[in-house]
Amino acid sequence: MKSVEELKAIREKALKEMSIRDNEDKTRIIVGMATCGIAAGAKSVMSAFIDELEKRNIRNVSVSMTGCIGICRLEPVAEVLEANGEKTTYVKLDAEKARRIVAEHIVNQKPVTEFTVGAAER
Amino acid sequence: MVYRSHVLICNGTGCTASKAPEIMTRLEKELAAKGIEKEVKIVKTGCFGLCEKGPILVIYPEGATYCHVRPDDVEEIVNEHLVKGRIVKRLLLGDKDAEDVAKSLENVGFFNRQVRVALRNCGVINPESIEEYIARDGYAALAKALTEMTPSQVIDEIKKSGLRGRGGGGFPTGLKWQFAAQEVNDIKYVCCNADEGDPGAFMDRSILEGDPHSVIEAMAIAGYAIGSNQGYIYVRAEYPIAVQRLNIAISQAKEYGLLGNNIFGTDFSFDLEIRLGAGAFVCGEETALMTSIEGKRGEPRTRPPFPAVKGLWEKPTILNNVETYANIPVILLKGADWFRSIGTEKSKGTKVFAVGGKINNTGLVEIPMGMTLREVIYDIGGGIPKGKKFKAAQTGGPSGGCIPASHIDVPIDYDNLIELGSMMGSGGLIVMDEDTCMVDIAKFFLEFTVDESCGKCPPCRIGTKRMHEILDRITSGKGEEGDIEKLEILAESIKQGALCGLGQTAPNPVLSTLRYFRDEYEAHVKEKRCPAGVCKAMLKYTIIPDKCKGCSLCSRKCPVNAISGEVKKPYVIDQSKCIKCGVCMDTCKFAAIEKK
Repeated sequence: MKSVEELKAIREKALKEMSIRDNEDKTRIIVGMATCGIAAGAKSVMSAFIDELEKRNIRNVSVSMTGCIGICRLEPVAEVLEANGEKTTYVKLDAEKARRIVAEHIVNQKPVTEFTVGAAER
Repeated sequence: MVYRSHVLICNGTGCTASKAPEIMTRLEKELAAKGIEKEVKIVKTGCFGLCEKGPILVIYPEGATYCHVRPDDVEEIVNEHLVKGRIVKRLLLGDKDAEDVAKSLENVGFFNRQVRVALRNCGVINPESIEEYIARDGYAALAKALTEMTPSQVIDEIKKSGLRGRGGGGFPTGLKWQFAAQEVNDIKYVCCNADEGDPGAFMDRSILEGDPHSVIEAMAIAGYAIGSNQGYIYVRAEYPIAVQRLNIAISQAKEYGLLGNNIFGTDFSFDLEIRLGAGAFVCGEETALMTSIEGKRGEPRTRPPFPAVKGLWEKPTILNNVETYANIPVILLKGADWFRSIGTEKSKGTKVFAVGGKINNTGLVEIPMGMTLREVIYDIGGGIPKGKKFKAAQTGGPSGGCIPASHIDVPIDYDNLIELGSMMGSGGLIVMDEDTCMVDIAKFFLEFTVDESCGKCPPCRIGTKRMHEILDRITSGKGEEGDIEKLEILAESIKQGALCGLGQTAPNPVLSTLRYFRDEYEAHVKEKRCPAGVCKAMLKYTIIPDKCKGCSLCSRKCPVNAISGEVKKPYVIDQSKCIKCGVCMDTCKFAAIEKK
């Protein structure tokens, strides 16, 4: 260790990995991973979420999974739960759509209306 | 690689003993079977503190804390929680129906009353990962000290914080450092006392197992402050996990250049070595410890000269306890004023206690100084099992004493405990209920010191032995008039005459129980009666004829055939055969057997 900067760099990198353990209120992306979801391709959706968040170095968003919420015909489904309690349900997702949700909803704070359950059911 | 979930498993000694390693292996297997081993990271951590509920497993991001996890539960946890995202409620610690699982712990008294300073990283990070320690501001205090502060500024900050030694005596740490810093010498040493030996105390072990880098960082800071380039950690060989993690931590710190030459590009160099203790209690005494590091028989010597003047190899040396060191980095980072804001007027900061004995939540707790014993036992400790009455708490191990129920509301700090005839000690806290015989307890602790006396000075070698003989006589119903007074005279003489702390404090358990429970001693000596019903020699099991239905159950269960009689008529216990095991009393369905 030759400098304090070097220590800071290690700290930043390790913090990123450990951010998942913070119990602070943060945005959560919950992917439906029941049989119906997995069959419809939820796995690649989830990987895309994780990958995109990592690429963009976004730390305050966690990705977790849940079971079937009952709209199997619209799978893969994912919900974005914001710290303020706001919930957006996205349906019929794929990896590309997941990346767009990260870019538009998470980064720019603009929900992608065209992928929501409301739009699909219209 | 970023994982979507982290599974933290306690790998402290307690949870390791209750199959944590097997749980980890099963977890790896189940994750692989489900094909999610690249998404879920298994992190082994140090002690969470609630050893009673172990093995403990925490899953993030949900923050679900599972307790009493068995290897057979792993499949369900993986299938339900990690694959389907459903919390396994039956294993949750705390409120099982909480909407947000992370909040289920908020109302668990065990956690929400604690203030974690020395234990800040235990159960939070992987102790075998220096990166995780660095992420939690690890080595930032060392960086600050080396690049922004002078050695005397470091000492001033520690002095100002009011930190006192956590190993027992409570000597101001900053002052100790100052004495060593004032000495002019090319070679000085920094030592860490990890020879934790008090029966029932395991806080130092848990810090070494859960956060070894905090001790390493603090020792380097101490080295900078007093002008030393070499440190030694003296740790018991009976702590294999702690030793292993310390070794890993030291080699990581060397690899990262946080130990070695020119740390942070400054001209300060510091190296650390481990010395294993062979398990002698006396080696926890500072002069004996240093003699042992030198490779000689671990015997104490007279002071002065104090170690700060002439210590290890006759060079100026500081010796601090593990928990004391664990406080140092935080104090430098958050400042002395922050540390002073916790605790009482003369005892600043927090203290870790290993709570054991007759208490529901056996484990490790860290409380702000000044909390009362009642809060520790009832709010954090969850009270006494089976609704029994609290009788006394023993602190300070074989050097300490008892705090009786009448003083349960006294705020815990160094000075209050001394005033009560006990001491802080290293932080063992043994809770005793109404079924505990105080004479027997005093005998237990004295037996320990008799065994552990190094034999160098007669007051300790012979005096404690004589005291133990008297106690043995009293508890076996052969106490004589004048025994109690003899105990008192011996105790005072040993206190004054013994060479080291071990001998000087050895009579304390007797003196403090005599102070608060003299009536129990008198009952043993004069009435040949043990009020708590513990001392077997004075116990008598008898059958109350009016209550006995003559069912013959006790007679059949008695291991020595001491009970005889005719069916449907009262039975009788033959006292000459009875071994006082109590089986008859446990089996009788009519409460016809009494113990006196």
